[in-house]
Amino acid sequence: MTDFAGNQTVIEIIYLVASVLFILSLKFMSSPATARYGVWAGEVGMLLAICGTLLHHGIVDFKWIIIGLVLGSGIGIPLGLVQMTAVPQRTALSHAFGALCVTLVGTAEYYLRSPDVPRFMMGVLSFEVILGGLTFTGSLMAAGKLEEVLPQRPLIYKGQNLVNFLLMGIAVAVAVYLVLNPGARELFPVMLGLALIFGVLLVIPIGGADMPTVISLLNSYAGLSAAAMGFVLGSKLLIIAGALDGSSGLILSVIMSKAMNRSFANVLFGAFGQVQQVAAGAQEAKPVRTATPEESAAILSAANKVVVVPGYGMAVAQAQHKVRELYDALTRRGVDVRFAIHPVAGRMPGHMNVLLAEADIPYDRLIDMEEINGDFPQTDVALVIGANDVTNPAARNDPSSPIYGMPILDVDKARTAMVIKRGMSPGFAGIDNPLYYDDKTLMLFGDAKGFVNSIVQELGTEK
Amino acid sequence: MQLDLIDALFISMLAAFIGLEVIRRVSPLLHTPLMSLTNALDAIAVLGAIILVGEHKSRLAFILGFIAIVAATSNIVGGFLITDRMLKMFKSSRPAKP
Repeated sequence: MTDFAGNQTVIEIIYLVASVLFILSLKFMSSPATARYGVWAGEVGMLLAICGTLLHHGIVDFKWIIIGLVLGSGIGIPLGLVQMTAVPQRTALSHAFGALCVTLVGTAEYYLRSPDVPRFMMGVLSFEVILGGLTFTGSLMAAGKLEEVLPQRPLIYKGQNLVNFLLMGIAVAVAVYLVLNPGARELFPVMLGLALIFGVLLVIPIGGADMPTVISLLNSYAGLSAAAMGFVLGSKLLIIAGALDGSSGLILSVIMSKAMNRSFANVLFGAFGQVQQVAAGAQEAKPVRTATPEESAAILSAANKVVVVPGYGMAVAQAQHKVRELYDALTRRGVDVRFAIHPVAGRMPGHMNVLLAEADIPYDRLIDMEEINGDFPQTDVALVIGANDVTNPAARNDPSSPIYGMPILDVDKARTAMVIKRGMSPGFAGIDNPLYYDDKTLMLFGDAKGFVNSIVQELGTEK
Repeated sequence: MQLDLIDALFISMLAAFIGLEVIRRVSPLLHTPLMSLTNALDAIAVLGAIILVGEHKSRLAFILGFIAIVAATSNIVGGFLITDRMLKMFKSSRPAKP
């Protein structure tokens, strides 16, 4: 048996090294300059951990492990090569896969061990399977909404919260019963089934604009369920990796909920996505000022400082490469162009940064909301492309507005604001934006990509 | 392999603190790649699945474990791949210092 014990020590040391590499991996992410080392550290750690696991003395069947690894890689490679615009749905899908793995392993462990499961272990196992199950279906729903296979609009019905609450309550009650009677094997699928249904119902009422929060939260759940699995399997490495992932998702959820002015409790209990229906009072058609591409080009080229505010609309129109051309044309004329990034712009945390980086815009031109807001008064032109609610000054000065208190980009403080928009329809939250009726605002009606292209053409011919 | 409950709690507490401290310092620029990277790291859950398949203690455990290996491996490979692709795109306008 000394041989086995020696083996076990080697495996544990390999896991220790892998844990260090995982922590370093996240540490390298603190700056874009070192971030790629983070990926390498993570890859080496993962490879070590998998090889270490194969040394386990209990493993008798390598063939199917290899087949599984190869098959998974075959699915993973295309998922790693998707377009950058598809990254939010890919991320949601990978949360689903991660949660699926945790749920299946938890289920298998239960049936291998029951009825001889200690109470504490049964509690952790139930936690793992409930959280894993709801994350699996919830993430699938989120991916479906982002891919627009499912309606992006929130699906709301009466008594929704009550139904959700009841379902979760029953699932927890079954879990408690299982903790007391771990041998009640027939109840395990009931608990799992309830968690799966709950996941669907949790995400159905959530609309597109709330996706950054939801994805972060599901990320956190996936991590927590993996950490719970670490408890069940007695694996320190799994506990550490799960806790890292869980805290990462937690931090992102907190940042997102702050950026939407929602309390964290509000987010945790799934009450997000419930956009207050504003009494759509008879809106008189207020006058707006408009401008043509020629006029816009003239104003932009006469400016010293321009701040571009991108939003989801830019991503939908795939306008980021045209925006890059505009950036080039203006920079050549000596205009200082920067980009103001609101934390919830787009469909997942950091979405806009990735799209603009893809279009080769240097990352030191991408500025956080907190950093750039003080600069708007000195900005000649703020150009809003496909963003709406994050620029709505009502959030700052109209206590009756549903988004009152939400931090916004102070576009209205710039000397001129230009807004590229298809028409006067209100944004996702259905809230009118007073910015559009401001005297210093010019509305540029048209498709984001087309309009930016026309401005670029004008700038090109104007020399 | 059994882990003492208290030890496990200590480990998770320390790991959560390290996670919170390290991730708080991640630039908001990189939040999307951060999420795909943590996703890949989280797929370390594949270890549990590998043991299930390798030990082959029951048909159910074997089948569930096999599906779990496939799901987790696709996250590992896809997650690292897309994170690296994203990070490659982030370029500074200032020339890189040697």
